[in-house]
Amino acid sequence: MRVNFTVNGRPQEADDVWEGESLLYVLRERMGLPGSKNACEQGECGSCTVRLDGVPVCSCLVAAGQVEGREVVTVEGLADYAAQRSCGTGACGTSLDEAKDRKAKPLDSQTGEGTQLAPIQQAFIDAGAVQCGFCTPGLLVAADEMLEHNPNPTDADIREALSGNLCRCTGYEKIMDAVRLAAARQGEAV
Amino acid sequence: MDFLRPASWEEALAAKAEHPTAVPIAGGTDVMVEINFDHRRPEYLLDLNRIGDLYEWEVGADSVRLGASVPYTRIMEHLRAELPGLSLASHTVASPQIRNRGGVGGNLGTASPAGDAHPALLAAGAEVEAESVRGTRLIPIDEFYTGVKRNALAPDELIRAVHIKKADGPQQYSKVGTRNAMVIAVCAFGLALHPDTRTVRTGIGSAAPTPVRAKAAEEFLNAALDEGGFWDNGRIITPSVAKQFADLCAAACNPIDDVRGTASYRRHAVGIMARRTLTWTWESYRGTAAHTEGVA
Amino acid sequence: MPVKGTPIGTPAKVTQRSKTKGGIGESTLRPDGTLKVTGEFAYSSDMWHEDMLWGQILRSTVAHAEIVSIDTVEALKTPGVYAVMTYDDLPTDVKNYGLEIQDTPVLAHGKVRHHGEPVAIVAADHPETARRAAAKIKVEYRELPVITDESSATAPDAILVHENRDDHHIGHVPHPNIVHRQPIVRGDVESARERADFIVEGEYTFGMQDQAFLGPESGLAVPAEDGGVDLYIATQWLHSDLRQIAPVLGLPEDKVRMTLSGVGGAFGGREDLSMQIHACLLALRTGKPVKIVYNRFESFFGHVHRHPAKLHYEHGATKDGKLTHLKARIVLDGGAYASASPAVVGNASSLGAGPYAVDNVDIEAIALYTNNPPCGAMRGFGAVQACFAYEAQMDKLADKVGMDRVAFRQLNAMEQGTVMPTGQVVDSPAPVAELLRRVKAMPMPPEQQWLAAGEAADVRQLPGGLSNTTHGEGVVRGVGYAVGIKNVGFSEGFDDYSTAKVRLEVVGGEPVAVVHTAMAEVGQGGVTVHAQIARTELGVTQVTINPADTQVGSAGSTSASRQTYVTGGAVKNSCELVREKVLEMGRRKFGTYHPAWATAELLLEGGKVVTDAGEVLADLVDVLEGEAVEIEAEWRHRPTEAFDLRTGQGFGHVQYTFAAHRAVVEVDTELGLVKVIELACAQDVGKALNPLSVIGQIQGGTTQGLGIAVMEEIIVDPKTAKVRNPSFTDYLIPTILDTPTIPVDVLELADEHAPYGLRGIGEAPTLSSTPAVLAAVRNATGLELNRTPVRPEHLTGM
Repeated sequence: MRVNFTVNGRPQEADDVWEGESLLYVLRERMGLPGSKNACEQGECGSCTVRLDGVPVCSCLVAAGQVEGREVVTVEGLADYAAQRSCGTGACGTSLDEAKDRKAKPLDSQTGEGTQLAPIQQAFIDAGAVQCGFCTPGLLVAADEMLEHNPNPTDADIREALSGNLCRCTGYEKIMDAVRLAAARQGEAV
Repeated sequence: MDFLRPASWEEALAAKAEHPTAVPIAGGTDVMVEINFDHRRPEYLLDLNRIGDLYEWEVGADSVRLGASVPYTRIMEHLRAELPGLSLASHTVASPQIRNRGGVGGNLGTASPAGDAHPALLAAGAEVEAESVRGTRLIPIDEFYTGVKRNALAPDELIRAVHIKKADGPQQYSKVGTRNAMVIAVCAFGLALHPDTRTVRTGIGSAAPTPVRAKAAEEFLNAALDEGGFWDNGRIITPSVAKQFADLCAAACNPIDDVRGTASYRRHAVGIMARRTLTWTWESYRGTAAHTEGVA
Repeated sequence: MPVKGTPIGTPAKVTQRSKTKGGIGESTLRPDGTLKVTGEFAYSSDMWHEDMLWGQILRSTVAHAEIVSIDTVEALKTPGVYAVMTYDDLPTDVKNYGLEIQDTPVLAHGKVRHHGEPVAIVAADHPETARRAAAKIKVEYRELPVITDESSATAPDAILVHENRDDHHIGHVPHPNIVHRQPIVRGDVESARERADFIVEGEYTFGMQDQAFLGPESGLAVPAEDGGVDLYIATQWLHSDLRQIAPVLGLPEDKVRMTLSGVGGAFGGREDLSMQIHACLLALRTGKPVKIVYNRFESFFGHVHRHPAKLHYEHGATKDGKLTHLKARIVLDGGAYASASPAVVGNASSLGAGPYAVDNVDIEAIALYTNNPPCGAMRGFGAVQACFAYEAQMDKLADKVGMDRVAFRQLNAMEQGTVMPTGQVVDSPAPVAELLRRVKAMPMPPEQQWLAAGEAADVRQLPGGLSNTTHGEGVVRGVGYAVGIKNVGFSEGFDDYSTAKVRLEVVGGEPVAVVHTAMAEVGQGGVTVHAQIARTELGVTQVTINPADTQVGSAGSTSASRQTYVTGGAVKNSCELVREKVLEMGRRKFGTYHPAWATAELLLEGGKVVTDAGEVLADLVDVLEGEAVEIEAEWRHRPTEAFDLRTGQGFGHVQYTFAAHRAVVEVDTELGLVKVIELACAQDVGKALNPLSVIGQIQGGTTQGLGIAVMEEIIVDPKTAKVRNPSFTDYLIPTILDTPTIPVDVLELADEHAPYGLRGIGEAPTLSSTPAVLAAVRNATGLELNRTPVRPEHLTGM
């Protein structure tokens, strides 16, 4: 079957989709967007979290055909999504802090250097919340959505909001640090 | 495999009538796991996502008509006052991502004894609105579960909504899992006080081939509360009554040993949950609930 | 907030080669961080190629059976199927592989020995086509009785799991269903037992843990025009894979070109091959690129697990609390194939006494061949199981003697100079007592935090969490301590080396160092550290880390807490050689201009040659003049030796590493549910090359130890040897709501034998975390709890 939907603001079409394919498979194997991860394919790990019409869902559990005509945001589109959101609240352009952050970037991030990042993405790097990184895309989408609704989360709020995202490397402490950091920076920027 | 995409409820009913083996898919949280792991290859998938009606709810005088696909997240956010037991149950469902997609219709359709909504529906009192091209009927929740992962739906029927009695008293829900989040129930327990009728109702999950009520326990407690004048005098329930109630709830179980837990543990845990939820709801009814209510 | 470690004690003896920013000791950030947060980092399952096919493995549905017949006719007829292969289609006489013993069939031959063993492989144009075709392959099995434990394995009439063993262990094992046996005998246990005032015995059971890395086994094999194959893969050791793959394919090693793809965690589970050979076979057969990606279900069958174990321990002590002796027997279940079992036996036995000084020791460790899932490497590697048992013993013995449990451990703690049960003298700091002191000194987390938020109980802070099982009823707090010892690097005489190629050149007027190794970056941060070492040693700011592949010599495995030590050591060594060469070039060009070229100690700093007094002698740009200096060199740590097969004596381990934990738990004693409130850790890391990464490793390792304490276990049916919970629905790993705060106190006592004085760090925290949690749960419940994981039914007696 054929499926049409919007991904990260761009209309996409997939042809010859097998009816049992998940949104995750279509994103990864048909649309060249492998950022959403295939860790469990049973909704238990959150690595494939995307926003479907704004709502965080496990893309492994959405049948491709169910996405017809809908809007999907993946980790690949998270920076743009966050930028548009801050524009929407009147905080366009580059703040002084953001400019400073960019200057302070590690010397060896030559790979991907200069990439515009969402605040939560930068916070994950800065706090050491990334090890193998396989859980990272899903956590970023989930954490970004939480901060959108709850800009000043308690630790228990963060843990609850991220309880659907498994990480096997970090023991979650640096992930907590990263979300606290992003919330604090978000607070400073407003 | 064919993917059917009805744009309206009528189209969905027609499709189900034409293809009774079609598997409805809404949140996908059960069906897609089975497809991803190659456990199931239905001839037809019947997508219900485009039927907006299923995502709506109406609060009536006595009950809430809850669309089959209303996500658990919305139940937690919007129906906490009307459906406190189901709202608490919703909060225990899997993860935020799953709660954003899954709804009560899926729980009922799958009819797994481990479905989180069942004990809350049993305790509150509910009717399942099933419909086919032949017409609509309301199936009382007590008659809905017919066996392990079997329910009272006819092959051509779809679940449109659930009519759940609005809470007229405190309700509680408790679930044991071996993890502090994102866990399938080892066993679960729902309890609702119904001061209007001076009755209590219960629901037990994952401790019998189907979700069940502990009817002997309900009858015992109804009689004990009545005899002691508890509904009027608001006294603390005596420990011996609570214990007897808990023992009868445990006795209502007919559990198995599996990888998630032993039968004897399930019986034991249902008893503990019964005693605790009785305390919480009763303290709430008495108006002294500050330290026992719990928030999440 | 975590307590940040204040490094005190003996400062690491390090000659700082350079003050260049971003060198060792700083918390520089990951070079792959940006790619990983944007979703652009290419993991092995993200590989894609025009016209690629999908590979699918058909696995055995039974654990132990003769294969009567395999019929692939229907599968081959399926439209979209390009190849179906079985044992008969293997191209050469090499049909087995294995890390140490080549006992694992590429595809089953005549027999399957465990549930989920690969029997046939399929390549098709879509994963669903491949799955449907695989399902059409008819395999007829004649089932055999299953060997599942020591008694069935060593029964007089036991079926042999492997009929014709000719490996190097068969000569010294008591039964062919025992892979390897290692005794460690020192002193005289019998007479020491006479002197003991107190003796405690215990029988302990350790469940089967899964690495549960999040990135499933996957990769892409692309056939090449020269008849070879290019393989993009997630692994822990490229060259070890290569040595096993090439002979099966019948190709010389230089025609199997391997490139490391992004690795979604490893923890030991990628030491053995999974889909590597299968993808290459299908690619070479079809002439098309073939991608294989396991799903989570298959992943549970696709890699080895941590050995489950039965451990019997007897300890004695005098009335003043000194250990008299230790007698232990450790039985590890290796499952159907050897994998790393022999080395796991070596670790379990040689580290079986723990970090304690005890003169009279008699330990025996064995690994069985059974029809259970194969077991091999996982973080902690044999030392984990032993630590669970000896730490339980320490608590019991302390109680019997009537001493404080921590003080008892400190009294018996080993230190530098202690003689191990293997006869090896511990020749670098062993701050066991100090680690315990530090972890005990940390402030305790506040009581009843579930009431902190307001009037009503916050269930997220309680056992049961969101499931709303308690609002404080039945909840009892407990505190427990544990400490462990782990070896670093490959032991027992293994030639453990790494190779690093380092190049220094000037690009666009700036000196740049390029580091190329075959080290598998699996998330641990080796790439971060390599860049730091190059900056420190070569005094440049720009460092490029080349992708890991087999175009450079072996870096050994990302295992055994060894990569920063050994490949880090190799990078340091190659940098030093490059620096020597650069300075030599400088001397030749500019030596006559300044006497310091001949007399002073020269450094590279900030892109310049400087004297140790800070005087600038030349710019690197002028020294190099467009030339590049490149060195590829191997580097070895000091050699170890094999353990004597009868006595276990020998200088077996190059380095030891220590961590201690204090666990604070709250247990719902009525429901048997546990919430770990805090897991404080103190660890000696020798020298923290990257403090942020060090703490991340300690917290991650601690959490894996927590998992096996309270929830993680692969459950194998004892009657059928079939796995009952191969999914993330029923194999549970800790969520963020199960994981406590993990304050870390980092101690830096240099090991003068190691580069920069560093100590391998990745595994030690996984050891002591589990027994600390169990001790805390025992403390809360008063139960004996001799098995891990502890489940609600164990805590409630149900």
